[in-house]
Amino acid sequence: MKKAKRLPKLALTAGIGLIAALMSIPLIVTFTNSLMTEQEIGMNYGLIGQMTDVAAGAGGTARFVNLKLLPDWLSLGQYREVLIMNSKFLRMFWNSVGMVVPIIVGQTLVASLAAYAFAKLRFRGRDKLFLLYLLTMLMPFQVTLVPNYLVANALGLMNTEAAIILPGIFGAFGVFMLRQFMAHIPGAYTEAAKIDGAGEWTVYRQIVLPLAKPGLAALAVLLFVDYWNMIEQPLLFLEDSFKQPLSLYLARIAEEERGVGFAASVLYMTPMLLLFFYAESYFIQGVQLSGIKG
Amino acid sequence: MALRRESAAVMLFLAPSVLGFSVFYLIPFVLGISQSLTNRTLGGHFTGLTNYAELLASGSFRKAAANTLLFTSISVPLLIVLSLGLALLINKGPFFRQGLQTALILPLVVPVASVVLVWQIFVDWNGTLNAWLDHAGHSRVDWLQSGASMGVLVVLYLWKNLGYNLILFLAGLQQIPRDYYETARIEGAGRWHQFTRITLVYLTPTLFFVVLISIINSFKVFRETYLLAGDYPFDRIYILQHYMNNMFAALEIQKLTAAATLMVLCIAILVTVLLSLERRFRDVLD
Repeated sequence: MKKAKRLPKLALTAGIGLIAALMSIPLIVTFTNSLMTEQEIGMNYGLIGQMTDVAAGAGGTARFVNLKLLPDWLSLGQYREVLIMNSKFLRMFWNSVGMVVPIIVGQTLVASLAAYAFAKLRFRGRDKLFLLYLLTMLMPFQVTLVPNYLVANALGLMNTEAAIILPGIFGAFGVFMLRQFMAHIPGAYTEAAKIDGAGEWTVYRQIVLPLAKPGLAALAVLLFVDYWNMIEQPLLFLEDSFKQPLSLYLARIAEEERGVGFAASVLYMTPMLLLFFYAESYFIQGVQLSGIKG
Repeated sequence: MALRRESAAVMLFLAPSVLGFSVFYLIPFVLGISQSLTNRTLGGHFTGLTNYAELLASGSFRKAAANTLLFTSISVPLLIVLSLGLALLINKGPFFRQGLQTALILPLVVPVASVVLVWQIFVDWNGTLNAWLDHAGHSRVDWLQSGASMGVLVVLYLWKNLGYNLILFLAGLQQIPRDYYETARIEGAGRWHQFTRITLVYLTPTLFFVVLISIINSFKVFRETYLLAGDYPFDRIYILQHYMNNMFAALEIQKLTAAATLMVLCIAILVTVLLSLERRFRDVLD
């Protein structure tokens, strides 16, 4: 009986495993190729972006890049190049950190306050205001491009990190997600505290915030993913390449310094992967709660 | 008295967020709409819907809008079917369920910029995909400079967003009580019947949200396109965000704000329709 059930389960596992493996290819290739020497990268992938005539060999036979999973020689050369020889990488890494951390801390703080009001307090226009937040959250960045530019200009923020950090702190997503999370906290908890004479601040600080910890963690991960990857904002608000984050450096590395691109990519995604594995269950819970009506 | 204390508290809790939200999102947004009705960026005259008329007559806007529409209408249904299928399979409990699930979610957190190199290796004129084609005796395809570019974009979008929808669907599936299926089986309902009458029905609230998020995410594919193909990609993948970015660079602010306002209008209508549909569906269910 048990054996009969095992075979379909094995097939099921193999099927899903195949899809998972296919989807992991970009990641695996990036990791293994980061251990190649620059010469080997050049030999295998030098043809990218070349014109056809050049790429076609002397005898008219077509030549192609050579996708290689395993390097011939294991080498940490790329990493040395990126981390030690190239001053740009580390500077831009810290630029990214310098923008992403204030956004995460700021938005989590501001949003948790607002989310408490939306989830646990009653006031006129509450649902309408919340819908406004929701709509804003759904807009692509380009929609508020010009007005954002004008506001940044008026506040004297152009070409400063604040032009990115401040809108980041007041983003609507945190309010939305934390409200969903806090709405699931039973009203009995907060009511009981209020009957005992606790003020709103005490209820927020002592009861709701501790219970919302998984939501806060999930929000932090999601914000990290979003802002660590930002492309449009720094492209438009930070002309000074000295201030630009790592995401922009990596967007260009494919053309300019392909030889060390894989190692740079691995280093770039490491903080995110560590955070993800550390908080995976929170992350999943956070995504799920954002989809369930509170 | 108690009510007044509560409204004071509301003010305190909301103030920081509403203040910043207004300055950086709401006011800019209203400004943007008013810009779209004038003829100059600051201190222009009111010109009514002229900008909109010009916008709708513009070839590149129409192209961008058509491409965006095409992309969304191909990629979103495909993504939803695939992720639902995968969620159903995972729900059957394969071995290593946790590990497999993690592998499927991972692309969601992997920065696109960091895998753009690998994508290039595949889709370049001299790339791996063409090497395979050549090997099989076919001629090469210029993946990013032909109609195929839309396909590349769809694959990229599926790769990136499959995990997100998967998580949402799995949560939805978990909420369906097991005994519904038991009862159906006892009454002799087949698998297809169980799927359409139980699974799909109880998954519908989740489905609304998944559709909404998938559409929104389809607008976000710009990042990927930009990384792969730059400011002026092949015609087929020139989408609304390219148009807006390029209008910004060309200082065609009126056209940009008009396009943005139209996009906001479309999204607002979409959200309203989906929310009211969902409400009606819930009433039917109850």
